[in-house]
Amino acid sequence: MTDLTRLSAAELAEKIHAREVSSAEVTQAHLDRIGQVDDFVHAFLHVDAEGALAAARAVDSALADGQAPVSPIAGVPLALKDVLTTEGVPTTCGSKTLEHWIPPYDATVTRKLREAGVPILGKTNMDEFAMGSSTENSAFGPTHNPWDHARIPGGSGGGSAASLAAFEAPLAIGTDTGGSIRQPGAVTGTVGVKPTYGGVSRYGLVAFSSSLDQAGPCARTVLDAALLHEVIGGWDPLDSTSIDAPVPPVVAAAREGLRGDLTGVKVGVVKEFSGEGYQGGVQRSFEGAVEQLKALGAEVVEVSCPNFVYALPAYYLIAPSECSSNLARFDAMRYGLRVADDGSHSAEEVMSLTREAGFGPEVKRRIMLGTYALSSGYYDAYYGSAQKVRTLISRDFEAAFEKVDVLVSPTTPTTAFKIGERVDDPMAMYLADLCTIPSNLAGNAAMSVPSGLSDEDGLPVGLQIMAPALADDRLYRVGAAYEVARGSITDRVPELKGVSA
Amino acid sequence: MPNISRDEVAHLAKLARLAVTDDELNVFAGQLDQILDAVAKVSEVAADDVPPTSHAVPLTNVFREDVIRPGLTQQQALAGAPAAEDGRFRVPRILGEEQ
Repeated sequence: MTDLTRLSAAELAEKIHAREVSSAEVTQAHLDRIGQVDDFVHAFLHVDAEGALAAARAVDSALADGQAPVSPIAGVPLALKDVLTTEGVPTTCGSKTLEHWIPPYDATVTRKLREAGVPILGKTNMDEFAMGSSTENSAFGPTHNPWDHARIPGGSGGGSAASLAAFEAPLAIGTDTGGSIRQPGAVTGTVGVKPTYGGVSRYGLVAFSSSLDQAGPCARTVLDAALLHEVIGGWDPLDSTSIDAPVPPVVAAAREGLRGDLTGVKVGVVKEFSGEGYQGGVQRSFEGAVEQLKALGAEVVEVSCPNFVYALPAYYLIAPSECSSNLARFDAMRYGLRVADDGSHSAEEVMSLTREAGFGPEVKRRIMLGTYALSSGYYDAYYGSAQKVRTLISRDFEAAFEKVDVLVSPTTPTTAFKIGERVDDPMAMYLADLCTIPSNLAGNAAMSVPSGLSDEDGLPVGLQIMAPALADDRLYRVGAAYEVARGSITDRVPELKGVSA
Repeated sequence: MPNISRDEVAHLAKLARLAVTDDELNVFAGQLDQILDAVAKVSEVAADDVPPTSHAVPLTNVFREDVIRPGLTQQQALAGAPAAEDGRFRVPRILGEEQ
């Protein structure tokens, strides 16, 4: 029998909807796989076997009654990042602060998944409150990269990306504030998309940096990501920043791209994202990808975006500033952790002691950094200047998109680094998001699609494709065409060592 | 750009309600200094004539009909509370001993 965990979401949906295989069987196969390998990978913080199987059986029973599938991916199971609330299922955000919290409501993304008949296998590991680039900042231990156990799976959504590369799930949801969908996608050889800001509701997405946070699809193929994108996207009255416009036709664009013709598409190579600091194997993989885009018929030109080099410093002022405000809600009063409530401490002391006990070092660093950047006397020099840089970056994108349809760059400057290598050096860690941050600041859409393996270490490399706001479909057309030309990557993930099949 | 002192970090921690330890203060002071030094680069291009952007999507006020919608029940709202009493959140005393 076919190993169900090796199939794409599109293939699984076809088999489930034709009733060749049941959603319960597909879901059970993935739960079994999780049981076999997750002690080794640690992609999941919580597995909800019962809930997933119940959702799967509901899909099977509706299909057996002759009803049409409720969505194109009905019955295909998914791994959900633990930053989106799930009613009755723990949501920790990788933090001790929320270790025992069970939300009383579903995020809009969660609700849409449930309504689309998508069984939710469990909640995936992440850097605490999505702050990090390696998943090492999780209070519950790091996730390991399925390509090399000693290496990071990227972050903050390392759990979601690793679950795909380890064949524990065919689909996953991530969130991307500075690259937390795309960078894990790049270093695990999977596909990750940050939709246009406002394209997917943030209701129930535990806020880190509200003007940047965006949930999006993760998958092993571009078409699978598109199918998931259409399910989770769309206007939501519960999110005031949600865009009241139709979801771009991403599935149609992916199918068009799969025909392998990019004639008439203009691609801009971002000049600033190369050179010093870029690993040789990453650079060569990127150059190979650009050649393939040309071979597919695309016209390729070099484009300069001079202010992109200021994106990283601007981000590390804006995101911590918003985080210092957003995380003030963890005050030990209404939900979450409370320590030292022994009658001898005041509410303020309980608050300070709880936050000290509940937050890890990176979260504390960013809260203090943001508190500093927003304090009087420094506001104009830091936060004010960062907001101006945000304007300049948007202008760079606008100028570039007058000349080209999409921009491309490496997703991240290096392949997966070793666990522990950068934990004591925050600035080195932050560099992992160098190429992904501009799209968060400007709010446009961006994707990472695997561009093969680095010739020097055999680890996956990601090609980043960027498109204007609300033109998410362009990512899928170019990404799918490129994917066909390049060939599959995830069939080259090594068998997980130390795991008995 | 200013070097951030250990005392300043202690003040920030107090403002942010973080009861950090002495050891943490030493580590954070060095790291915050290094990060601030790097991010100060933004001032190089932040000219007076550049307007700030707070949000990628221009925000407008959103109105809706004032209709009654179900909210959380009292039980649901209190379900995650660290301490509850008589159907309410129980919080530690607000005033310190000296007050």
